[in-house]
Amino acid sequence: MTAVEKLATVLIWTIASLAVIFLMAPLVITVAVSFGDSTVFSLPPPGWSFRWYERLPATRGLAASLWTSVQIAALSTLLALILGTLCAIALVRGMFPGREAITTFLISPLMLPGLVVGIAMLQGFRAFGLRDTWTSLLVAHVVITMPYVVRTVLAALSLFDFTLIEAARTLGCSYLQAIRKVLVPALAPAFLTSGMFAFLASMDNYPISIFFTDAWTKTLPIQMLQLVEERPDPMIAAVSTLLILLAVLAMIIGDRLVGLKRLADF
Amino acid sequence: MIRLLPRDRMIWLAAPALVYLAFFYAMPLVYLLGRSVIGPNGPTLSLFANFFADDYNWRVIGNTLRIALLVTLVSLVIGYPVALALARARGLAQVMLLTAIILPLSVGVVVKAFAWQIVLRRDGAIAQLLVATGIWDEPQRLLFTEPGLVIGAANVFLPFMILPIYSVVKLIDPRLSEAGATLGASPFYRFRKIILPLTMPGLISGMAFVFSLSVSMFVIPSLLMGDRFQTLATLTGRSFLLMRNEALGSATAVVLLVLAVSIVVGSTILSRRIGRAA
Repeated sequence: MTAVEKLATVLIWTIASLAVIFLMAPLVITVAVSFGDSTVFSLPPPGWSFRWYERLPATRGLAASLWTSVQIAALSTLLALILGTLCAIALVRGMFPGREAITTFLISPLMLPGLVVGIAMLQGFRAFGLRDTWTSLLVAHVVITMPYVVRTVLAALSLFDFTLIEAARTLGCSYLQAIRKVLVPALAPAFLTSGMFAFLASMDNYPISIFFTDAWTKTLPIQMLQLVEERPDPMIAAVSTLLILLAVLAMIIGDRLVGLKRLADF
Repeated sequence: MIRLLPRDRMIWLAAPALVYLAFFYAMPLVYLLGRSVIGPNGPTLSLFANFFADDYNWRVIGNTLRIALLVTLVSLVIGYPVALALARARGLAQVMLLTAIILPLSVGVVVKAFAWQIVLRRDGAIAQLLVATGIWDEPQRLLFTEPGLVIGAANVFLPFMILPIYSVVKLIDPRLSEAGATLGASPFYRFRKIILPLTMPGLISGMAFVFSLSVSMFVIPSLLMGDRFQTLATLTGRSFLLMRNEALGSATAVVLLVLAVSIVVGSTILSRRIGRAA
């Protein structure tokens, strides 16, 4: 290795190490602040306590918004899994024109500004006569969770060998048995992983949800931002820490199911 | 189901999703676009004529593009070396890098923007660090300043720069560079003639991702800049949520949409052309 190459290597690894610290900093600091006993955000905190967590259940609106978010996220993920998987099968197995364009269309809600999509939906749903907040939230969230499902299931299906289904048929399985015993297990990891990340995307969505909230129906991120604006104290960090914990859990499960490297596929 | 349906008729399996998206996603977008160019007396561009006639709105567009450009540059300078490191990393280093890139992706933007609010305060971590290392004489507030916004946004969008670049770097055959070295090419020449051209498609799509995310970000500037500083996205949000000014909001929303779509389409065409040439 020449001197220049050594220098480049050192430089790359220095930047990479600093980047790890930079990327993890907001999460680590949130967790640290949430366990502090000070009302201001001094770091490191003068002492440690659970006082911010103890205050969570009594905070007005928090439990209700969490429940709304969980319901919307679970139902929209379920609908997205059904619609998205059927569509992915058609895209991989089907022989019809425009498959590439359809894929782009399905993924596109992730690429357009969320706020603009939210406004369009607000006006569009009104024009359709859909005014119920909760239903509107659900309908909108299916649109933003579907891309996660389509992307991951599409990738898994394109690796799946469909002749295996024929083989199972030859060995005496009925059609539905062949699908249940061969296709479903092969797709299960992609199914679970994409479901998990779709769920999180719905739980965390702000720019679309903001247009479908009222005094009674709020999702967790909306309620959190409102609390940040009203009285920013470490209690927000406690809620955030629980959400970070959820993300850590999803990543560990995702790692077990498909591996970290596949999670990084783009 | 898979063989019961002939492969040319499989589009029926895609139909429920397509109808759903057409109805609840495409039609609202078309409706938004349509309403912005159709007035009470037929087609008109008066909404945009009014919007672009106002100097304030040009400042807002300037803010939006300047911040997005800076965020993209910062992410590129950090992200490119990190993608190279990730492609070479094995074992623990690989796990740590992957974790640091993927984990923040599944944490919501409200959580991260709130964390940066803490970090960027006058008594926050960055001010403490800069005073301790002697770069600053006394602590300063980074919150509600443009550098603070760029740092926070670059942090949130960095994974979208690293992952597309990594996806092309990991495909590069290391023997190419070795062959270049055997033939006497200097490291710099090898980088410029082998690595850089091969990573160009990832580079372009990473930059397009970060740029269009930065143009459209709403929560981050709301929390890190406050009301005095407006971008197209924050102005869009404010006009609908606070000012109840749907005319202004529709105009900014359409400008934002056109901007985002042209970035995505433009970058796709560009990276295809470069991919073919390479």
